[in-house]
Amino acid sequence: MAENSFTLTRRLMLTGLGAGVLSSALPFSALGEPEDADKAIRDLFGDGEIREGKVTVKLPPIAENGNSVAITVSVDSPMSEADHVRRIGLFSPRNPIPELAVFELGPRAGKAEVSTRIRMAGTQRIRAVAEMSDGSLWMGSASTVVTLAACVIG
Amino acid sequence: MTIRISAPDTASKGDIIELKAMIQHPMETGYRSGSRGENIPRDIITRFECRYNGETVFAADFHPGIAANPFLTFYTKATESGTLAFEWTDQDGESWSESHEITVE
Repeated sequence: MAENSFTLTRRLMLTGLGAGVLSSALPFSALGEPEDADKAIRDLFGDGEIREGKVTVKLPPIAENGNSVAITVSVDSPMSEADHVRRIGLFSPRNPIPELAVFELGPRAGKAEVSTRIRMAGTQRIRAVAEMSDGSLWMGSASTVVTLAACVIG
Repeated sequence: MTIRISAPDTASKGDIIELKAMIQHPMETGYRSGSRGENIPRDIITRFECRYNGETVFAADFHPGIAANPFLTFYTKATESGTLAFEWTDQDGESWSESHEITVE
């Protein structure tokens, strides 16, 4: 009986601990998971095979402020009428919304390179997926260590 | 709304020219709280388009993960003299635009 009540107490304690962890995690519940980024990529580009290569992502190795991080994505493509990049999507495995931006290009772009500034809710590897005019999908990525995340500091 | 465009005034036919476009906008994510704990509603630019003599040569869809004062650098091939038009549209359909004349020889 004594052992039983001890078990109960321990179970109660663990339950309490679990609840504590859960509630302390709540303020961060808006943060995304890598699976969300996988799903966002599939929602946008479909179920085709995504190959590594052709896409280069440039990010600073360290960003002091996640509210504005310079990013450049470039794709190895002749950008001709017959062979060009149609779309490039940028995805975050950690931000509350995995999609960051989608760029629409075409043969008139001349060069498949785009730069912008993104928000990063913490250290992570940003992915870029390019859809070519033949429908093939290519991916590249780069990571940045973020010392002060966006969202958290408001 | 302050808009800044950087584009060449002249180019040779076939040149690949660099275009930079920035608009002053908070890109409010909808995830922040105000001083009294109230939720600050989302307010973002969702679409950017660049048209060269009416034809779209580059476009972008923005999500809240794009930093305030959204800035873009992109490229286009100089094909003919004319107008480069830059247009931003927010989530409510309000839009702002700017244009730049280019002479192609």
